[in-house]
Amino acid sequence: MILTVENVKKSFDGFVAVNRVSFSVEKGELCSIIGPNGAGKTTLFNLITGHLPVDEGKVIFNGIETTHMHAYEICRLGMGRSFQRINIFPRLTVFENIQAALLAHRGKSFDFFTTVEPLFNEETEAILERVGLQDHRDVMSGSLAYGFQKQLELGIVLAGEPAMLLLDEPTSGMSARETNSTIELIGRIAREKGFTLLFTEHDMAVVFSISERILVLHQGQLIAEGSPEEVRANPDVKKVYLGEAR
Amino acid sequence: MSRHRWFLILILVLIALIPLSGSRYYVFLGTDILIFGLFAVSLNLLLGYTGLVSFGQAAYFGIGAYSCALLMKRVSLVFPLAFVTAGAFGAIAALIIGFFCVRLTKIYFAMLTLAFSQIVWALAFKWNSLTGGDTGFIGIPFPQYLDSRTRYYYFTFAVVALKIINSPFGRILTTIRENPERTEFIGINVKLFQLVAFMISGFFSAIAGALFGVFNHSVFPDTLFWPASAEVLIMAILGGMYSFFGPVVGAAVLLYLRMQVATYTQYWPLILGTILAVLLFFFPGGIVGFVQTRFAVLRGSR
Amino acid sequence: MSLPDPSFLLIQSLNGLTYAMFLFLIASGLSLIFGILGILNFAHGSFYMLGAYFTHQFVSLFVDAPGQFWWAVILGSLTVATLGVVIERFFLRHLYIREELNQLLFTYALVLILSDIARIIWGTDQFSVSRPAILKGAVEILGQYFPKYNIVIILLGPCIAFLFWFILLHTRWGRMIRAAALDREVLGSLGVNVNRLFTVVFFIGAWMAGLGGGLVSPVSAIVPGMDVEVIVNAFIVVVIGGLGSFWGTLLGSLIVGQVYALGILIFPRLSLVFIYILMAFVLIVRPWGLLGRPLQR
Repeated sequence: MILTVENVKKSFDGFVAVNRVSFSVEKGELCSIIGPNGAGKTTLFNLITGHLPVDEGKVIFNGIETTHMHAYEICRLGMGRSFQRINIFPRLTVFENIQAALLAHRGKSFDFFTTVEPLFNEETEAILERVGLQDHRDVMSGSLAYGFQKQLELGIVLAGEPAMLLLDEPTSGMSARETNSTIELIGRIAREKGFTLLFTEHDMAVVFSISERILVLHQGQLIAEGSPEEVRANPDVKKVYLGEAR
Repeated sequence: MSRHRWFLILILVLIALIPLSGSRYYVFLGTDILIFGLFAVSLNLLLGYTGLVSFGQAAYFGIGAYSCALLMKRVSLVFPLAFVTAGAFGAIAALIIGFFCVRLTKIYFAMLTLAFSQIVWALAFKWNSLTGGDTGFIGIPFPQYLDSRTRYYYFTFAVVALKIINSPFGRILTTIRENPERTEFIGINVKLFQLVAFMISGFFSAIAGALFGVFNHSVFPDTLFWPASAEVLIMAILGGMYSFFGPVVGAAVLLYLRMQVATYTQYWPLILGTILAVLLFFFPGGIVGFVQTRFAVLRGSR
Repeated sequence: MSLPDPSFLLIQSLNGLTYAMFLFLIASGLSLIFGILGILNFAHGSFYMLGAYFTHQFVSLFVDAPGQFWWAVILGSLTVATLGVVIERFFLRHLYIREELNQLLFTYALVLILSDIARIIWGTDQFSVSRPAILKGAVEILGQYFPKYNIVIILLGPCIAFLFWFILLHTRWGRMIRAAALDREVLGSLGVNVNRLFTVVFFIGAWMAGLGGGLVSPVSAIVPGMDVEVIVNAFIVVVIGGLGSFWGTLLGSLIVGQVYALGILIFPRLSLVFIYILMAFVLIVRPWGLLGRPLQR
């Protein structure tokens, strides 16, 4: 188990966003979390990555309890995360965005005296190529088209060479074609490098195409878990998505 | 880097030539520009590079000025030692103050820096036995060999500052400015970096203050009063806060203008306020930003 | 150090209360503008100062007319409010889409510009306005004298506070203002003309500052520099009370007023530092002030 979430709970002013959720993810697994809007997916992510403090419960990553650690500490342990809304460095170029992530990852952040420009050039170029942004190397990232910015997000995450990637709606806002190519890319990289993948998605086609295991969240609770076929057949899941309105 | 080399050479030339110009006016102005240029650059480490708006940098400038003066006059320390120690005091003050400030964001951060700066000002104002109160600290000894040695020190500091900006550390600071949340999640302890930037800025501001005190032979509490912090902020923005040398340009323009305007009218605040307003509305990148976009336009689209 | 006699302490405390009411007028305008527009208006002290100057001007205009003082105060403060609207509508509005630093610096630019304009128009002489005839003179309290005018000010403060609280709670504009404080964007999508709302809020804020300046003109000398002095104190008030909190501003004003009045007696040399230490302390321990809303992590 690379990630174990045990009985995690979080409320905001009395509203329970995540209600005693427990699950585990195996190393190398491609796992997705689905659920209607407001189910608590992003909150759950925030709890795992340390962006929000947990009210109750435990999070164990790579054998270490990370429940009360800071986000940057958890990141250094090998967890990478992308965000639902675009979270890049707008006034830096595409190259600089990725290079910065590499600088941080390779422990160069407290280096005061080396000139920064030539550092990690090759590695940065490699990542740019991986995510298909090599032609936009020197473009100001804030002026990129939305789809490219999402690719850059992915590049920044990959630069950290994480053992596990948490991707929050990686294809939101994309066209069908972009969605397909992005998912294909992510799947390919994950299998090549042996990443563990945990992502949330609204696009069911995406979810069912590459997930090995699916977790279903509804109103803060885990209501179903299993392989795509199992989840598809699960009556509770069907009720939540197609049935009675709450 | 080559662009920066040009500027460095220009500064070197300035430093070397000013005393030779023979005119006292230009020596004073030139020295003032170098001092406030350094002050503005150190502020810009926080403002333009880390995205932290500090309204209290005058505190470190003042601490540097008073410490250097005190060390030289009361403890009879030689200038080079007093000067660097003053810088250290500035860094220590920044460490203490910064520790509390970086826990806050944006407007609250700015207000706390203002509050601490006013505390330091009030101490300078009231602690007569140490600082001479509002009558000021006067009669600071002016070391004879000051000119050539000081230029050397100054140049060294300029190079050091430039190196820091162009280092990985400096790059991470810009990512903090751009997106602190994202920076946190590439594995950086953002608060720690902000604190270190704060300390470095405090050090250089104090150095600038020490030079100021020595060149003016005196220090007054006014130097620490909050409008002084606002003025150096304006210098940084006027020159261009997204470039390293922008603040120096801003300092030069502002000081020159102030000297010129003083001969015509006493209403300098009105002019300064108007300049600031015009900047904010039409030239957000400052002078350097404006020049850079003009250059880019001339060279054709990217 | 001998203990000062209680009647003297009482008078000092009442002085502190008077000052607190002036601070309250200014600070509540500042807090309102910050709560709704998100702008920390440095120029608020300038509005206060101009309120005083305009009142003085109107008093000279209405020489010996009945009720001249009150008319002067009303007209003076409305003039300031109008000026505020012009500034907001034609200048500040264009900076809303930019980062907060730009708005903050623009208000600082206004401080510089307005203070010099005041100097150009009225010079550097000190002015004073005489109290209205019925309020001249003092009242005896425990053997000491306390000006009648100050008592009216002390009573006026809570009245204005109550008026405000009533407006915020029970009128349509008040409801919109409270909603805007919570979420500006949603309000816009509900069809409220947010721009006009902002202008109204700015008008009210500037008007209150001008009112404070007008009312202070008989008590305190009208001099250049009163803008800078008051704005820092107003900042301290809103920090202690809580930026954007109405009752917090009242509480903060009372605290600051008393600290200034009594602090001078207890720690004459440290009173200046003490108020800033208090501000720093609040920001460190409880940044949202005594009655403000806690910040998100």
